[in-house]
Amino acid sequence: MMSCKEATRLMSEEQDRNLSARERITLRFHTIMCIGCTNYRKHMAFLRRAAQRFRDGFPSSE
Amino acid sequence: MNDNADEVRATGIQWDDPSIAVIRRDMLRFAQMQLRDAGAAEDMVQEALIAAMNNASGFAGRATLKTWMFAILRNKIVDHIRKSSREVCFTDLSDGTDEGDARLDAMFNRTVMGTPGMWNLDDMPATWSDPDAALSQKQFWAVFDACVNHLPERVARVYMMREFLDLDTAEICTQLGISTNNCWVILHRARMGLRECLEDHWFKGEARA
Repeated sequence: MMSCKEATRLMSEEQDRNLSARERITLRFHTIMCIGCTNYRKHMAFLRRAAQRFRDGFPSSE
Repeated sequence: MNDNADEVRATGIQWDDPSIAVIRRDMLRFAQMQLRDAGAAEDMVQEALIAAMNNASGFAGRATLKTWMFAILRNKIVDHIRKSSREVCFTDLSDGTDEGDARLDAMFNRTVMGTPGMWNLDDMPATWSDPDAALSQKQFWAVFDACVNHLPERVARVYMMREFLDLDTAEICTQLGISTNNCWVILHRARMGLRECLEDHWFKGEARA
């Protein structure tokens, strides 16, 4: 099984490049069994959404 | 007075409205964060405002005024970075590489069924309930801002170029003179740090509340 350390690296890289078929399968297999990494992946997607909101001008801090 | 009224009708934007001052202040904060140079940030915001005023007809009301003005500002910042990247010595910025790598390694000290490198139970990412609700809360953005600024300078720089200026990793590598792999490692470290910071300073508190 892939380690969490390796899985988190791939979950970051999938934001920047297309993963290979092999990487996708091993990552999928890992996240099915690992709640920590399942959460991590959701958090990565959330970070992307937050960054998009931020770059469009986050809500004013008044 | 007539001219002014015509202008308002033509563009629908009242440049002396207090809401513009608020947008301007947020633009300045955004530019300062990207450039870490108060003078250059001020210049970029000024240029963006002038461009916005000259091209007010380009604001079709599809986006909010703030989103439209931020898009103009981002373009100005990207142009500035492209022009000045040769002058900035990226390798001079503090990166905390060794410290960062050690911290990252230390989170994965558990061995499960013979596989090392698994999350320590204390460091394992928690379940966040309804994280998107945070996006409309002003206090969340103060925490987000602080967490980005808390990253080592080099790490924050690469992260912001990727996520806030929407540059691809190939261009970031070229601009900063680093390898693609190095770029991915830095982005990984940025996201890992940001995630942990948001969990510690926002989502954990939320869960308790």
